[in-house]
Amino acid sequence: MKVNKVYSYWLIVPAGLIYVLLFLYPTAVSFFFSFTRWTLTEWEWIGFDNFKMFFEEPSLMIGFKNTLIFAVLTAGLKVIIGVFLAVILISKIKTKRFIRSTVFFPVLVSTIAVGITFQMLMHPSNGLINRTLELIGITGPDWLGNPNLAIYSIALVDVWKGVGIATVILIAGMMSIPKDYYEAHQIDGGTSVNAFWHITLPLSKPAINAVILLALIGGLRTFDLVWAMTGGGPGFSSDLIASIIYKQYQAGFYGLSTAGNVLLFILVACIVYPIFKFLTRKEVDL
Amino acid sequence: MAQSLEAEQLKQGKQRKHVVQILAEVIAVFICILVFIVPFYFIIVTAMKTGPEAAQLSLAWPAESQLWQNIVEVFQVRNNMLVTAFINSTIITAVSIGILVLICSMAGFILQRRKGKTIGLLTSAFLAGLMIPPAVVPTIWVLEQFHLFKTFPGIILVMVAISIPFCIVLYTGFIASIPKEIDEAAIIDGCGSMKLFLTIIFPLLKPIHSTVIILQSVQIFNDFVHPLYFFPGSENATVQLTLYNFMSMYSTDWNLLFANILLITIPPFVLFLIFSEKIVAGMTAGAVKG
Repeated sequence: MKVNKVYSYWLIVPAGLIYVLLFLYPTAVSFFFSFTRWTLTEWEWIGFDNFKMFFEEPSLMIGFKNTLIFAVLTAGLKVIIGVFLAVILISKIKTKRFIRSTVFFPVLVSTIAVGITFQMLMHPSNGLINRTLELIGITGPDWLGNPNLAIYSIALVDVWKGVGIATVILIAGMMSIPKDYYEAHQIDGGTSVNAFWHITLPLSKPAINAVILLALIGGLRTFDLVWAMTGGGPGFSSDLIASIIYKQYQAGFYGLSTAGNVLLFILVACIVYPIFKFLTRKEVDL
Repeated sequence: MAQSLEAEQLKQGKQRKHVVQILAEVIAVFICILVFIVPFYFIIVTAMKTGPEAAQLSLAWPAESQLWQNIVEVFQVRNNMLVTAFINSTIITAVSIGILVLICSMAGFILQRRKGKTIGLLTSAFLAGLMIPPAVVPTIWVLEQFHLFKTFPGIILVMVAISIPFCIVLYTGFIASIPKEIDEAAIIDGCGSMKLFLTIIFPLLKPIHSTVIILQSVQIFNDFVHPLYFFPGSENATVQLTLYNFMSMYSTDWNLLFANILLITIPPFVLFLIFSEKIVAGMTAGAVKG
């Protein structure tokens, strides 16, 4: 009894108050306002109209599809490239520090700066990427100007920026695998390829899970990179749900914008939560 | 005889393996330079060029370095907008972090030490914030009720609110490693909860305080989305908003645009040089536990 008195709930109050007022409460009321036409001062109940609009209007629907593609693609690539880099970086190579620092550095650069830089590098005629491809005789595509390609180009840049953090998490996971497993494997005459499939990969599962979840959550919410690189264009071809939320907000459709927010919430809940449950169920205990 | 032949073959095999290893390493470093260093080199050379030179978007070294002139010019645009932006971003970052360190360490302490259903619920409520996307317009609506929209206190409180979940994860993780006996000794001495926390626990949290400070300052300084929504207006520039606005203004003067990028990347870069190990360790700890 006395002990719990010392750990007073009062110490949670400041953080709790700010968090409830500016995070949980807005989230809760967003469900209500998504069913309204809203001007911030007045609202009018319009039922499911906002949501209907989202699914009927092709320019809004495309954001839904793009968000899914973007999140799954970036999460997948970050895991695959991250595992590859992490395996290299825990081996006995001499340039480990150099490679680790260069791969990690983009994490520190602001998304807007990265977006602008790659907008220039991906310039269809003058950009460095296409000029390099020209040297080996390939005519590079219009990375950001082709409506069928833009979202994939942005996804690649997102992987470039985020793979460093994935790698670092995976390295930490792989370093925590006891050396004995590898020694036993070697004594049994196993190859190093086998060791990767049967020791490294299953035992770094918690780290892989963390990377998948972080990348999915980040990917589903992405806004700034798209906004800096294409503004959702050409047309609406690279819009994500988060950029549609901003566009509708700018246009003054607050109810519609909030409906987008609710849809994003539902999408995160439907994708991330089950995956979280599934992945943690199969986790290997060390 | 046979034995020495075998040894010879083994030695040759080893040498061959060694050569392959070095070759693989050279290729790895080369790809790394191509993919990661070239874009940064591009930022730096472009920031050093004149307008027409920069428009070529090439990697060529400039005929004459214009870096200083470009920097001065970028600072002077629109009545020293970038100066205002640096001041604003610094205020937002510093104050948010001050608040975060204090309130999250306090909350993390109780969340880790108390046991029971209520505390479990509270912890999950905080952790839910790691997943839930913030509801934008309703947050603006709440801010307007308190007349905080477009103000410093408003943007700072929003930054704090969205960073609370991650900071609490870091603090509870670290506090779990502080033995409970330390608290008990203080309790016997008659310490109250606030005194116990401030005089005994808070100073012990130094390593994790620095992790929180470094990680969150990069995060908040580089943030674009939240200032865009909650801190609009021409006097309310932050470094990232200014960079975004410069992009539409300077659709031709790319040398100035990249001089701006270079300038606002310096603060996080300096932090990284000084604290790289800490940043990496902190990000990993948070991610694996969260």
